[in-house]
Amino acid sequence: MEFAELIKTPRVDNVVLHRPFYPAVEGTLCLTGHHLILSSRQDNTEELWLLHSNIDAIDKRFVGPLGTIIIKCKDFRIIQLDIPGMEECLNIASSIEALSTLDSITLMYPFFYRPMFEVIEDGWHSFLPEQEFELYSSATSEWRLSYVNKEFAVCPSYPPIVIVPRSIDDEALRKVAMFRHGGRFPVLSYYHKKNGMVIMRSGQPLTGTNGRRCKEDEKLINATLRAGKRGYIIDTRSLNVAQQARAKGGGFEQEAHYPQWRRIHKSIERYHILQESLIKLVEACNDQTHNMDRWLGRLEASNWLTHIKEILTTACLAAQCIDREGASILIHGTEGTDSTLQVTSLAQIILEPRSRTIRGFEALIEREWLQAGHPFQQRCAQSAYCNSKQKWESPVFLLFLDCVWQILRQFPCSFEFNENFLIMLFEHAYASQFGTFLGNNESERCKLKLQQKTMSLWSWVNRPSELRKFTNPLFEANNLVIWPSVAPQSLQLWEGIFLRWNRSSKYLDEAYEEMVNIIEYNKELQAKVNVLRRQLAELETEDGMQESP
Amino acid sequence: MEHIRTPKVENVRLVDRISSKKAALGTLYLTATHVIFVENAPDTRKETWILHSQISTIEKQATTATGSPLLIRCKNFQLLQLIIPQERDCHDVYISLIRLARPVKYEELYCFSFNPKLDKEERERGWMLIDLGEEYKRMGLPNNYWQLSDVNRDYRVCDSYPTELYVPKSATAHIIVGSSKFRSRRRFPALSYYYKDNHASICRSSQPLSGFSARCLEDEQMLQAIRKANPGSDFIYVVDTRPKLNAMANRAAGKGYENEDNYSNIKFQFIGIENIHVMRSSLQKMLEVCELKSPSMSDFLWGLENSGWLRHIKAIMDAGIFIAKAVSEEGASVLVHCSDGWDRTAQACSVAGLLLDPHYRTLRGFMVLIEKDWISFGHKFNHRYGNLDGDPKEISPVIDQFIECVWQLMEQFPCAFEFNERFLIHIQHHIYSCQFGNFLCNSQKERQELKIQERTYSLWAHLWKNRADYMNPLFRADHSQTWGTLCLPSTPFNFMYKFWNGMYNRFEKGLQPRQSVTDYLMAVKEETQQLQEELEALEERLEKIQKVQLNHTKVKSKQSEPSKHSGFSTSDNSTANTPQDYSGNMKSFPSRSPSQGDEDSALILTQDNLKSSDPDLSANSDQESGVEDLSCRSPSGGECVPSEDSGKDRDSDEAVFLTA
Repeated sequence: MEFAELIKTPRVDNVVLHRPFYPAVEGTLCLTGHHLILSSRQDNTEELWLLHSNIDAIDKRFVGPLGTIIIKCKDFRIIQLDIPGMEECLNIASSIEALSTLDSITLMYPFFYRPMFEVIEDGWHSFLPEQEFELYSSATSEWRLSYVNKEFAVCPSYPPIVIVPRSIDDEALRKVAMFRHGGRFPVLSYYHKKNGMVIMRSGQPLTGTNGRRCKEDEKLINATLRAGKRGYIIDTRSLNVAQQARAKGGGFEQEAHYPQWRRIHKSIERYHILQESLIKLVEACNDQTHNMDRWLGRLEASNWLTHIKEILTTACLAAQCIDREGASILIHGTEGTDSTLQVTSLAQIILEPRSRTIRGFEALIEREWLQAGHPFQQRCAQSAYCNSKQKWESPVFLLFLDCVWQILRQFPCSFEFNENFLIMLFEHAYASQFGTFLGNNESERCKLKLQQKTMSLWSWVNRPSELRKFTNPLFEANNLVIWPSVAPQSLQLWEGIFLRWNRSSKYLDEAYEEMVNIIEYNKELQAKVNVLRRQLAELETEDGMQESP
Repeated sequence: MEHIRTPKVENVRLVDRISSKKAALGTLYLTATHVIFVENAPDTRKETWILHSQISTIEKQATTATGSPLLIRCKNFQLLQLIIPQERDCHDVYISLIRLARPVKYEELYCFSFNPKLDKEERERGWMLIDLGEEYKRMGLPNNYWQLSDVNRDYRVCDSYPTELYVPKSATAHIIVGSSKFRSRRRFPALSYYYKDNHASICRSSQPLSGFSARCLEDEQMLQAIRKANPGSDFIYVVDTRPKLNAMANRAAGKGYENEDNYSNIKFQFIGIENIHVMRSSLQKMLEVCELKSPSMSDFLWGLENSGWLRHIKAIMDAGIFIAKAVSEEGASVLVHCSDGWDRTAQACSVAGLLLDPHYRTLRGFMVLIEKDWISFGHKFNHRYGNLDGDPKEISPVIDQFIECVWQLMEQFPCAFEFNERFLIHIQHHIYSCQFGNFLCNSQKERQELKIQERTYSLWAHLWKNRADYMNPLFRADHSQTWGTLCLPSTPFNFMYKFWNGMYNRFEKGLQPRQSVTDYLMAVKEETQQLQEELEALEERLEKIQKVQLNHTKVKSKQSEPSKHSGFSTSDNSTANTPQDYSGNMKSFPSRSPSQGDEDSALILTQDNLKSSDPDLSANSDQESGVEDLSCRSPSGGECVPSEDSGKDRDSDEAVFLTA
């Protein structure tokens, strides 16, 4: 196996592991192709089992013969290994570096992982587009499934099956694709059953500087409006940025050509700006020396919460258009693979009770992130500790999860899942034994044959034993639209992610347990009472029958 | 009454701060005790009641075409923006309120007219609820080392201290009196808390009059006596809660701090809590941030940082943590003082007590703690909270800061406190409301002279009666988190301290979480209790039937099926269901359906109407001033579980279940 060449020293004894909130442990360090394992010699249980792909950066230090490797993980944890012997230390460090930055996706752990659990439901087939469409087709006949992208020829980042207006044929779609960035022609993202309004998403129109037009594009977009209705196009870029995009062949819809539509510009940041924001935030959270004022200053300077506020505001605006204004919307930025998806998916969280259930949220991620072609492989390649800033890394998905957490915090009883579910998704998006988040789009995932060669995250998550950990005990189905507050006073730092390794969560965990106990006990009593009531009712009818003749 | 120039103004508009487009039209009334705004909307008639004593500032703004705006800021952080059509009416209201908000005699305060319709006996029993004598007994006093001293009988030694004080047995009257002469305002070292487990104690006093070199033998003997009252330690800490610079500056005025060389075996420690003036302006700055209209995230965080508020909270917590650790971990006694020993000292001692003793984290214990460290030891409530018109420089949010410290701890230790956030908010409210006599005056002596207990009612009895509203559902007396000392990390992280939205923006319902976990869990617990009772009843009946096999009249079980969870709705969906102004100032997003807006506000009104429309409720402490709101309504009311959506009638379901 190729990995053997990378592992010069597979095993070192007397290594000391330092981790937050645990006493230091001395043990044997083992390197395998995908894991870094430390087991203490006493009882042979693993003390640490870390995926190489979770390692974001390493530092090494030497004091005499004692080497120290500081491992910074993509989930923001920092651990330290004291390794006796300079040569061993250097070998380990270089192996970790090589193994955590493998070029080939097919060398990644999901291709080697053999599940130790029985697969009850294959997650690769849990959320088929056809099934999702059925949910809508009962309510409307204005939309259809199109297989125009079957071979990924029309749009490489779209899935083979998309939902489009019934009145637009595949030929027109091909033409529209030529007019949209990355071939991302407008498709249905969400259908609001309450009033039939829709959210569509696409890439930017390629109007360029000379104001190119596309009749089919105009026809498609208008086809989604009912007679006399108007719609909104939400461009996630500021007007300035959108105007600049024209010089590079992109652009935005001219209202003259889309007379029934009104354009709104919001400005959601992208790419390296978000990445830098994350780096600054994590730095501030890890620095324990500064005083109170500097903490707030650094939190502010990271701009993370500003991004959260902007994304949430845009999503709320989109939801408001749909639910309150009774207007359909089209959302796009430049490519339509990042801020666009943040907005379409959060708007659904606000509007659609189903997306606040576990299944529904999984379906949402499948539809609006994986199928919709958010480039996970590129965006999540590195996290907050990486120095080699490549321009396509960006915590777009983490920001989305953070926004969901903010809404969850404001509506603690309206979500079927809990915070741990969101944290788990964050972890697996960055490093996982499952194939779900590999690749940048469906086309790549098909070529990698992920369905055949790897296990789906959903196969594991949706087992009852796992679901229990992710279920919110406070959940009460709430069929209403939920409008979160986006005021700065209402938004908070997500401690469960960013302070997870910097403060003990013991007391908070105890509180959570107590909450679960209170509710479980109530359910238990409820069940007992029901049994007794039934028994009693039976006895009484028996008595009644004896009496009646 | 003679101060009310105009008792009623019609066609006044109450502006909604969150969305400026919405304003409710109504009538403004001025009464002897309240400002009342009644909305015109015929089916709701929503009322907003503001106690005069809650009014902090009144601001008349420039008249515009629509009328004269009047801004009323309250001490409980409510902000009322009214637009009065006629400038003259506005002026009359303004002049009246200026006078009404600043009473000059205690007799003008609400507590002297407030009548909760309790008989004399009930009122007296109310005042007996919290008994400090009992509290010292609970600590294990008197004992071999500590005794009750009568040296301050009739306030002979110190008029801002209580008459009953615990001092070391070896401290003779001569030593105490001598020491008192060497301390600011004669506030000599006296016991605040005794830690049974290891005999360590927390004593409190004011600063010594040491100047640059003055000494006092009796004072030195006093500190020695405190040290000797704790056989477990050969030194005591003297904690000066002021910044060192402030303490040094005091020396020039003949005051200052203890010279370690003059006292045997003391360890001296400064902890820099700023003075009342810094705190007043810090709160002011923070409230300005809260008042900002649609601030950006940066505006908010910068403003919060620049206010310094959380830094001050941290300093107070640090003082409490230092003292608690000295007592519980080092077994050393601590003498705490600041300048006069009635502000920062009260904060530091009570935070330390809260950390050390689980009793103070219970509902009753917390009342005892405030009674002991704040009320009895002469915290100047009247001056600090401006109950009577006085020097504005004396006003400072000293106890507000302590209350916030408690909240910060509750966030860290969610299972450790028997009470919930609402309890803290209501106590804060009543410190300013002057509806109960507890917080009147500046000292025990003044309260006695005013015969407070004969003429007013006790807040503690009121809170105790409604204790079901104030319970923390996560509190369990047998939970490990509730035992012993609360251990914070030795260097508490800065990010531990958070902005208390629930307090400082508490009247901005749109900014609060829309569903309350506390209320939800309380409702579940209450139902659990009912289920338990029903279970027992069912078992009994079942047993009877099985045993006797006789059938009397057929008892049909009328219980509705347990669709009970529907009763737990804790969300305030009126606001939840109303989107905010997400479009900001954007011109390109015109509101095309103006009727929509009206519908929204109507929704809010119907919902709010449930809480304060009944004027009879005004007798009930909280209703009139809007402290109570729907989400605050206790589930234990039984008959009135907050209904979720106007479209669904869930109460009826619950009611059937309850009568079953």
